[in-house]
Amino acid sequence: MTAQAQPSELPGATKTEEAPGAAPPAKGQRPPHFTPEGRISSEGKVLNVFSHGMLVLWGLLVTLPLLWAVMSSLKTDKEIFTSPWGLPSSLHFDNWSRAWSKSNIGDFFLNTVLVVGCSLIGTMLLGSMAAYVLARFEFPGKRFVYFLFVGGMSFPVILALVPLFFVMRNMSLLNTFHGLVLVYIAYSLPFTVFFLTSFFKTLPTSVAEAAMLDGASQTRTFFQVMLPMAKPGLISVGIFNFLGQWNQYMLPTVLITDEKKRVLTQGLVQLAASQQYKGDWSALFAGLVLAMLPVLGVYIVFQRQVQAGLTAGALK
Amino acid sequence: MQHGKHQSATAVVAKVPGGKHPGAKSPRVKLSTRQKFERAYRQYGFPVGFLALPVVVYAIFVVSPFIQSIYYSFTDWTGLSSDFKMVGFKNYDWLLHDDVFWKAVGHNVLLLLVVPLVTLGLGLFFAFMLNVGGRSKKNAAVSGVRGSSIYKVVYFFPQVLSIAIVALLFQFTYNPRNGALNAFLGGIGLDSLQQEWLADPKLALWCLMVVMVWCNVGFYVVLFSAGMSAIPKDFYEAALLDGANRITTFFKITLPLLWDTVQTGWIYMGILALDAFAVVQIMTVGPGGPADATQVLGYMVYTKTFRDGQAGRATAIGVAMLIVTLIFAVIVGRLGRRERLEY
Repeated sequence: MTAQAQPSELPGATKTEEAPGAAPPAKGQRPPHFTPEGRISSEGKVLNVFSHGMLVLWGLLVTLPLLWAVMSSLKTDKEIFTSPWGLPSSLHFDNWSRAWSKSNIGDFFLNTVLVVGCSLIGTMLLGSMAAYVLARFEFPGKRFVYFLFVGGMSFPVILALVPLFFVMRNMSLLNTFHGLVLVYIAYSLPFTVFFLTSFFKTLPTSVAEAAMLDGASQTRTFFQVMLPMAKPGLISVGIFNFLGQWNQYMLPTVLITDEKKRVLTQGLVQLAASQQYKGDWSALFAGLVLAMLPVLGVYIVFQRQVQAGLTAGALK
Repeated sequence: MQHGKHQSATAVVAKVPGGKHPGAKSPRVKLSTRQKFERAYRQYGFPVGFLALPVVVYAIFVVSPFIQSIYYSFTDWTGLSSDFKMVGFKNYDWLLHDDVFWKAVGHNVLLLLVVPLVTLGLGLFFAFMLNVGGRSKKNAAVSGVRGSSIYKVVYFFPQVLSIAIVALLFQFTYNPRNGALNAFLGGIGLDSLQQEWLADPKLALWCLMVVMVWCNVGFYVVLFSAGMSAIPKDFYEAALLDGANRITTFFKITLPLLWDTVQTGWIYMGILALDAFAVVQIMTVGPGGPADATQVLGYMVYTKTFRDGQAGRATAIGVAMLIVTLIFAVIVGRLGRRERLEY
């Protein structure tokens, strides 16, 4: 409501113009030498306490469920039931090893590493190739291809899910890792192409031109000159894709039904269904924590890059 | 304005391999088909070669399923056998008369309204607290709170976890017997607030919304916080000197200047809320229950195909979802249209 009037005021607004409308007239007519420091800092102090309070509260809401899961993963089943918030009497790391080997979390983990490793390389390669061409060359149909890729970002994947399943079945790609890799690549392309196209556009053309004048081929220029120059953009979008593919749940649920080929997220959910039935809650929590910790660990080490990489797309 | 750049790149494409200037062609010289082909190859060979593989992969696994999905929605395909026939709008007619479908639509609309609103609202609130909640220092009317980067790191935790993991974690948390939530309420003496949570038809959908909000607030805190730190501090200083309080500065300065980002976030959250497949499939009883209380379109598509063998109807639901998405995008676009602010 207030924002409606703001646009016309703000851009040109000098420091004194914008507030009188907001402030009560009496306050607006202060003598120019008046310094409201006292008022601002007292208000600031209250705000400071209030904001720290709220911020800590949300911090607790975020961390407590995670801590609770870690704690539960180190308890016995009995402890989980009798005192959900109690500390474990002794640290049962055997839950973790039981989950890793007996409940196949280890296998699911390796499957995920394999699939995500391959598809991440594929996504970055195909995505940067397409983006480079779309950013730097003129050819008929260019806009069409670009919008075809970018349009993929706004459609719900579920819409494609049913036919995708049958496309995969007809190509005998169901229950195969390479099939899943191809699908991951395909569904990562829209954002990758969108992000990298605008990134390549910001890079100077002169370096590539110099390389070509020195006799480098187009392909060589791309791999040896442009890709190294695009490294910051590649890292951002690489992190984005890594997390997206590592955390993918819906696609493998539909496309991989073979128990041995499950990826981590999917394996964990299946495990939950069977273990709850058996009542082995401690192994279940351990599996959950084993799936959670590597990602959180990587995030804590690379927090700055991860935050930048994930939010980069929305800031464009 | 980008145009000049492309042109120069194209010129290089044509120039270097052949060693001739493309502009030097004389109109009088007739080119043979072969020469034409060679010239086209020199000019477009590289872009086409580089685009071929990505476009093929994308066309097979993304574009074709989307198009097929619309086609199948007009057939009676079961998904099990390869024979099916066109049935016109029969699937859509069935949809319009299906109670569960309308329930699911209602739930999706509720998700679409509540989840983005609460998530973005909390995101803005915490980002504002982080950026202007600090103790005033000399020479600065507003400043960030101490340790704001630590808050951001912690808030971002859920964002890096898979939705599957988060859904499981909360399924355990909501568990009435050994879950963290009821135990916590019991622990602080609020036994009366203990609930069956996901097993209660009145509460189940709200429980899912909490999870979706919990996951995404951190992302928007970081996003909005980055936007807010780009707003010049003297805007706030000036407003505060003129007697505005901090709440006014939020609505008069912060929000209008962040509006573009908020709008993008709104669309992102909307698409996410429409999906809700993972939380419903993993967390709820049934899934989709109790008594269809958490049924959503995304999950219906899945069950209609893989449980009921009604792929035709499933794709029709998918198309309905697409329509809801488009309506939503148009509404957000309309509501959000503002003059773009430069600062």
